[in-house]
Amino acid sequence: MASTIRVRATNNGDITEVQALIQHPMDSGFVKDAKGEIIPAHFIQELKFEYDGKAVFVADWGPAVSKDPYVKFSFKGAKKGDEIKISWVDNKGASDTTTAKIS
Amino acid sequence: MNAPPGPLATRRLILASVALIGLGNLPFGSRPAHAANDKYPEDAFKQKSQADAIKSLYGRSAEPSDKIKLDAPEIAENGAVVPISVTTTLDKVTSISFLVAENPNALAASYRIPEGTIPTVANRLKMAKTTNVLVIVEADGKLFSATKEVKVTVGGCGG
Repeated sequence: MASTIRVRATNNGDITEVQALIQHPMDSGFVKDAKGEIIPAHFIQELKFEYDGKAVFVADWGPAVSKDPYVKFSFKGAKKGDEIKISWVDNKGASDTTTAKIS
Repeated sequence: MNAPPGPLATRRLILASVALIGLGNLPFGSRPAHAANDKYPEDAFKQKSQADAIKSLYGRSAEPSDKIKLDAPEIAENGAVVPISVTTTLDKVTSISFLVAENPNALAASYRIPEGTIPTVANRLKMAKTTNVLVIVEADGKLFSATKEVKVTVGGCGG
């Protein structure tokens, strides 16, 4: 299966800007389906970005983060061609991991 | 708690002790866990009100700061996807959290900002209705906040 994580990391010398888009329903647990039954909560709880073995950004999410979540942040210390590792785990224990090259 | 050695471990131990001492005063048996360890702050996400979520996450309250710039739309047509970003000129930022006052659970997202990471975050949140978005910035051990009202045309919590 293709990765659920799409990442763009760009370096402009000092700072690396990272944008990530993840495919995930992020069901809040408050929405009902067509039959009027509650769709159980299903959302990413933790999304971690690592560079050089260290976390550079960690997101703790609740179900109020939008479906197919997007996040953007920037960090220092990396250069073009380096890799970052991105991983998430949701409240049902599912997870995904990918790496992205900084351009 | 398996803290690694070094100054951070000491800090964690101190914070953990403080957390234990403070535990008796807090409702819901929650602990100000965020600064003290790297665990997902499950309790904080379960709190309904902003105040309780902040208390559970940080164990204290925040003061408003004009050094935080909270960017959110005046009017969000679709409450399911409200782009919200924050940037701050505060020093030594260790975390940034987003809360939506009238959501079923106020805490929406909390970001840990290690040293070397710029204290700027953009994300998209769901909003049930027109209400205030509150951002908390933890900087140098203190809590600062900024708030903005977003008018929501169609709520994003469904049902």
